[in-house]
Amino acid sequence: MNAVPTSYFLILSAILFGLGVIAFVFKRNIITILMAIELMLNAVNLAFVAFDRANGGVHNGWVFVFFVIVVAAAEAAVGLAVAITVIRNRQSLNVEDMNLLKF
Amino acid sequence: MPKIADILWIIPLLPLAGAAINGFFGKSWPNSRVNAVGIGSVSLTFLAVLELVREFFKLPLAQTPIMKSFAPWLVAGSFRVDFNFWVDQLTIVMLLVVSGVGLLIHIYSTGYMAHEGGYYRFFCYMNLFMFFMLTLVMAGNLVLMFVGWEGVGLCSYLLIGFYFLRKSAIDAGKKAFITTRIGDVGFTIGILLAFWTFSSVDFGTIFMKVENSPVEAVGQIGVLTTIALLLLAGAIGKSAQLPLYVWLPDAMEGPTPVSALIHAATMVTAGVYMVARMHALYSHALTAMLVVATVGAVTAFYSATIGLVQTDIKKVLAYSTVSQLGYMFLGLGVGAYAAGIFHLMTHAFFKGLLFLAAGSVIHAMGGEQDMRKMGGLRKKIPVTYWTMFAATLAIAGVPLFSGFFSKEAILDAAKDGPHANLTLWVLGILGAMLTSFYMFRLLFLTFFGKQRYDEHKVHVHESPKNMLVPLVILAVLAIGGGWFALPTMIGGPDHFQNFLRPVFEAAPAGTAAVAEQANTEPVSPGAVLVRSLLAPGVIVALIGFLTAWWFYIRRPDVPKKLAQSVHGLYTLLLNKYYVDEFYLAVIVRPLLWISTNVLWHVVDENLIDGAVNGAGHTAREIGQQARQLQSGNTRSYAAWVIVGAVCVTVLVLGVWGMVR
Amino acid sequence: MTLPLIMFFACAAIAAIGALLVIFLREPIHSALALILVMVSLAVLYLLLGAEFIAAVQIIVYAGAIMVLFIIVIMLLNAGEEERTNLSKMARYAGLPLGIFLTLDLVYWLSHAAHAAPAATGAVGTVGADPTRDLAFLLFRSYLFPFEITSIVILIALLGALVLAKRDS
Repeated sequence: MNAVPTSYFLILSAILFGLGVIAFVFKRNIITILMAIELMLNAVNLAFVAFDRANGGVHNGWVFVFFVIVVAAAEAAVGLAVAITVIRNRQSLNVEDMNLLKF
Repeated sequence: MPKIADILWIIPLLPLAGAAINGFFGKSWPNSRVNAVGIGSVSLTFLAVLELVREFFKLPLAQTPIMKSFAPWLVAGSFRVDFNFWVDQLTIVMLLVVSGVGLLIHIYSTGYMAHEGGYYRFFCYMNLFMFFMLTLVMAGNLVLMFVGWEGVGLCSYLLIGFYFLRKSAIDAGKKAFITTRIGDVGFTIGILLAFWTFSSVDFGTIFMKVENSPVEAVGQIGVLTTIALLLLAGAIGKSAQLPLYVWLPDAMEGPTPVSALIHAATMVTAGVYMVARMHALYSHALTAMLVVATVGAVTAFYSATIGLVQTDIKKVLAYSTVSQLGYMFLGLGVGAYAAGIFHLMTHAFFKGLLFLAAGSVIHAMGGEQDMRKMGGLRKKIPVTYWTMFAATLAIAGVPLFSGFFSKEAILDAAKDGPHANLTLWVLGILGAMLTSFYMFRLLFLTFFGKQRYDEHKVHVHESPKNMLVPLVILAVLAIGGGWFALPTMIGGPDHFQNFLRPVFEAAPAGTAAVAEQANTEPVSPGAVLVRSLLAPGVIVALIGFLTAWWFYIRRPDVPKKLAQSVHGLYTLLLNKYYVDEFYLAVIVRPLLWISTNVLWHVVDENLIDGAVNGAGHTAREIGQQARQLQSGNTRSYAAWVIVGAVCVTVLVLGVWGMVR
Repeated sequence: MTLPLIMFFACAAIAAIGALLVIFLREPIHSALALILVMVSLAVLYLLLGAEFIAAVQIIVYAGAIMVLFIIVIMLLNAGEEERTNLSKMARYAGLPLGIFLTLDLVYWLSHAAHAAPAATGAVGTVGADPTRDLAFLLFRSYLFPFEITSIVILIALLGALVLAKRDS
C-alpha cells in the first residue's frame, strides 16, 4: 500500500482546496458558493486521511474526518436554511443582490 | 510688647492691610474714611520705622546688621529662600526715606486727588506700593527683593494707568511695565547665576563668599562680573537709565503724587539701592563698576540735554529725574557708595518737593501743564513758589542746600576718588551746568515774566493746607537735609558717611579710603570752606543760573532766536533724539510683525491648529477610507477572506518551513 | 505502474475535473452533480488509503445526504442559470491570482510535508485486523465527549434549520 506516496494525495488535496477557493470567489449563486465550501471541506478530509495513513498506528485522523463530515452536514443544513430565507427576502439567488450590510 | 526688631514683618504688612481694606471695602466709603485707612496705615508704618531706628541705635555695632528669618518660603533641594529681613544702616536710611517721604506724599494726595473718581482705588494702589517697596528694601535675599521689585513695577503700572479711560495713560503704563520687564530678564538670570555660583541667594552668605573671591580687574569678565552686569540690567530698567529710560517721561500720565512718590523718590531708586546693597559684589567686579559709572554719567548728561527744551512742566522734571539717577549711579560706580545713597536721600526730598509743587501749580492752573501758558505766578501762589524755589536751589547744587553736599561728594569722588574717571567727571560737571540751567528755566517760565494765560479762563488759587504742609516739610528737608555733611567743609567728619561706614567698609578700595582722605588732610577750616564753595560744581551751577536768567528774565526773545538759528539741534532735542521712534521702528514693529505673521499665522494657525485639526481630519479620512470595505458586496468579503487566508498560510507555512 | 498508482491518477483526474466543472458549469444543478462526482472519486481514494469506514460514510452522508439536500434546495428554488453580474472589483481582479497563489503555495508546502512526516514505518500504518473496530474504540472511548457534543450540534442544526426556513404564516 505504500505504492502511492503520501505527497501525491496531499498535492491533490491542495489542488482541490484551491479550486474550492476559486469557486468560492467566482460564483455568484449562493447555493453554488455553499457547495464550494463543501468542496474545500472534502479536500481537507483527504489530507487528514492521507496523513493518518502516513502516521500509522492510532487512527486519530479518521476521528477528525468523522467529525468534519458530521459538522459539515449540520452546517450545510443550517446554511441552506439561511440561504432560503435570504433568497425569499431578496427575491434573487445572486449573492451580489444581498448587499444590505453596508456602511 | 515685643521689640520692633522681632516683628519686622509688621512694617510692610501695615500698608498691605490698608490696601486690602480700601480695595475691598472702600468703593462706597466717603473720602474721609478712605483717608483714615490709607493715611493711618502709612503713619503707623512710619512710627514703627522710627521705633526700629531707635532700637537700632541702641544696639552695639557688633549686633548689626539685624538678620531675622520669619518663615521658610521655597525649599527645593539645596535652593532655599526664606522670608528673611536684613536691617543695617543702609536699610535704615532707605526705610526712613520710603516711609517718611511716602507719608508726606500720601497726605498731599488727600488734597490733590480729592475731586478725582476712583479715590479709594488710588489709595489702595499707593498702600500696595508701600508694601512692596518696604519689602524690597528690607529683604534679606535676592528673591524676596525681586518680589518687591516686581511688585513695585506692578503698582507703577496700575498707578500710571490710573486714568484708565485715557488711551495715552494705559499705553504709558504698558510701556513702563514692558520696558522694566526687559531689564528684569537680566535680573532674573543674574539671580540664577548667583545661586549657581554661591549656592545661595541669601545676602549674608553671598557677601561672605564674595569677600573670599578674587577681585576681577577691568576687562576681566569673570562670573562675578557677569552676575553684576546682569543685575545691573534690571537696575537700568527700573531706574530708567540709558537705554531703558524711555518709560519714565511717559509715566507722567499718572497723577502727580504718583510721579512724586514712585518716579522720583522711591521706585526708581530701587536700582540704586540694589547696586549699593550688592556693593561687595560690584567692588570685586571692576568692569561692572566702570559700566555702572559710565551708564550713570552718560545718562546724566544725555537726559539733561533733553530737559533743556521741554515745555511740559512734568516732562522737565521727569528728564531731570533720569539725569539725577544717573548721578547716583555715577557715585556708586566710582566707589562712593555713601555719596550715591546720600544723593538718593536728598533727591527724594527735593525731587519729591518739585513734583508736589508742580502738582500744586497744575492744580492752581486748573490742569494746565504747558509752561508756555504760565508766567508770573509768583505773587499768586507764594507758598508753592517759595518751596519750589528752595527745591530748585537744592537740585542746582547751590552751596549749603542738601543737593550741594550730595552732588559735590559724587563729583569729588569722580575726580579724586580711588576709581576716579576724568571723562565721567567732565560729563558730570556739564550735566550739573545743564541741570542748573533747565531748573531755573522752569522756575522763571512758571513764576516770573509776563502772564501768558487768560485770567478769565483760569482762576489761579493757592492749594489747600493738606497739600501745602507736606510741601513746606519737604522744603525744610531739602534745605537742611544735607547738614550732617556740613562738617566736611570745615575739615570735620562726614556723619552720613560714617553712619554708613559699617555697611560699605568691606569694599576694598571704596568709601573707606575716601573718608580717610577727608580726615587726614591737615588744612585750616577756612581753606576747606573756600575750596568747597569754589568747587567746579558750584561754578557751573552759577553759569547755568546766569544763562537762564539772561534767557528768560533779561532778554526773553533770545531763546526763540537761538532755537531758530540752531533749528536742527533744537528739533532733535525737542523730539528727545527720536529715541522712541527709533525703538518703535527697530524693536517694536519687527516684534509685532513677527508675532503676527510668524507666531500667529504660521505657528499658531498652521502648525498648532493644523496639527489638532489635522489629527481629527486624518482620523475622519482614515475612517472614510476604511468604511469603503463595508461595501455590502458578499463577494468582496469573500475575496478579503481569501486575502487573509493567504497571508496566514504563507506566514504559518513559511515559519514551519524555516523551523524545519 | 502499479495498479494503485493507476487508480490514484484516474480518481485524481476525475476529482480535479469534477472540481473544475463545479466552477465552470453555469447551472447550479450541474455544479451539484459535478460535486457529487468529486465526492465519489474521493471515496474511492479513501478506499485506496485503507479508510473503508470513512469511504462508506463519505458516500452515505456526504454524497447521499448532504448533496441530496443541496439538490432538493436547488430544485425548490428553481435556480436557473447564473447571472453574470460583476459588481465586486476585489473579487474580480484579486480573486483568481490569490486563489492560484494559495493553491501553489499549499502544493509546495504540502509536498514537502509528507517527507517530514514520520511515515514509512514499514507497513502502511500498522493496519490492524479491523480498522473500523479501532475507529469505534476511539470514537466511543477517547473521543466520547466530542461524539456526544456532535449529537447536540446536529440537534441544534435541526432546530435552526426548522426555525429559519419556516415560512411566516
